[in-house]
Amino acid sequence: MNKIFDRKVSRTTFSYLICFCFSCFSMAPIYGASEDGENKTDFIMHHVQDAHEWHFATIGHTHITLPLPVILYEPDEGFHFFMSSDFVDAHHNKIEKDGFYFDDHGHLKAKDGTRVFYDISITKNVASLFISVIILFWVFLSIGKRYKRDPLKAPRGLQSVFEPIIIFIRDEIAKPNIGEKKYEKFMPYLLSVFFFIWFNNLLGLLPGAANLTGNIAVTMTLALFTFVITTFSGNRDYWKHIFNTPGVPWWLKIPVPLMPLVEFIGILTKPFSLMVRLFANITAGHIIIMSLIALVFIFESVYIGPISVLFGLFMNMVELLVAFIQAFVFTLLSAIYFGLAVEEHEHHHEEHKEKLEEASA
Amino acid sequence: MDLITPAFGLIFWQTLIFLVVLFILGKFAWKPILGALKSREASIEEALKSAEKAKEDMANLKADNEKLLAEAKQERDKMLKDAARMGEELKDKAKEDAKAIGDKMIEDARATIESERDEALKQIKDQVAELSLQITEKLIRKNLSDDKSQQELIKDYMKDIKLN
Repeated sequence: MNKIFDRKVSRTTFSYLICFCFSCFSMAPIYGASEDGENKTDFIMHHVQDAHEWHFATIGHTHITLPLPVILYEPDEGFHFFMSSDFVDAHHNKIEKDGFYFDDHGHLKAKDGTRVFYDISITKNVASLFISVIILFWVFLSIGKRYKRDPLKAPRGLQSVFEPIIIFIRDEIAKPNIGEKKYEKFMPYLLSVFFFIWFNNLLGLLPGAANLTGNIAVTMTLALFTFVITTFSGNRDYWKHIFNTPGVPWWLKIPVPLMPLVEFIGILTKPFSLMVRLFANITAGHIIIMSLIALVFIFESVYIGPISVLFGLFMNMVELLVAFIQAFVFTLLSAIYFGLAVEEHEHHHEEHKEKLEEASA
Repeated sequence: MDLITPAFGLIFWQTLIFLVVLFILGKFAWKPILGALKSREASIEEALKSAEKAKEDMANLKADNEKLLAEAKQERDKMLKDAARMGEELKDKAKEDAKAIGDKMIEDARATIESERDEALKQIKDQVAELSLQITEKLIRKNLSDDKSQQELIKDYMKDIKLN
């Protein structure tokens, strides 16, 4: 009885997940309700950026929004708590509250320009971040519990959805790029970052959802994590390769340290590329889908509808793929960088000696 | 541009939350999951290995059995052969013995015949001697005055008898 119930539950959970992924096709009508007089494509940039309130739809002159907490920290005066709805009146006109107001770009400003404060509000992206983390915890803590309870049993339900992916990350990403001996300590980070990016990419495709992984702050933080881990796990060979690259003619190092400079820039461009790649791919995907929807408003024609829907559908399919691929690429490149940092070079001294001998001969 | 300007608040929350994610999932999800996967793989490998070993043992056992069977067969054949040979030997020996006994019996019979013949001859000789004596006696009695030539004749007769 219990078994049947379990199976039923896991099947429904899975179908919910699938529904979750595919419900993004209903995005069109929600963003379709653009306000009169407003620029017809403004909603695109509005969507891909962060906001202090969660705007779902505008029907006529009614905004359907979820007010979110605004948290400000002033080093002198401590924390201030507001709701985003405190800064607008009944007619959606911006008002000021306790000396703070929103400027035209949606930034919180103090009326007294000399006040120093930090905006750590629960913005739309932060709220979305919380939701994604709740889902991550729910999924992986529940399957983790089962693995702990009976590790030798065959996987079932959600477990069998994620187990192949976990094994894929371990066997195809971590092991070949970091090495059989050292991959284990990087596995928690690789798995976390993969599922974090993947889940958020998928959540971002939902109608009215935030564009979290297409936000430069988020991708920058993730890239910094990879950078910090790479830097702190770099061994002697790694640093030697950067500051005294073996097998390079001496005049590239002395008197102008050209190679060390290039290598040093290299360690910074790696996380930079990680940051830009994820941000650009996800944001571009969102912009393309919404541009296709915006065609309807630009042409103001019914006949463009089917084209928008068909192309939008196609782009959504592509975005489902991109969601996975970008998570995979970020994880793969992180693994490659970790691999470079912990790689052992056993034959370098000999090689170096040989090169020197060749040069002197 | 706002799009490529990282916001402080989001960096703050992202760092905080991601550290929490790393800690919680690392401790309560990835550790048991990876551990379980590893131990499961180890146990599968172990099971495969032991199955292989069982197969090998089975094959060995079968080979042993076959060897035993072959040995038993050989033993049986040898025993049968030995028995046949022993039977043959016994038969031969019996035959030989019988022959020897027969020979001996024949020999004995022959010896008996010989001795009896000798005995008979001796008796005949004795009888002849007696008869001769009697004849001689008669002759002597009849003819004591007979000349010498007659006695010589008798002697000659006697000699002849002896030779016989």
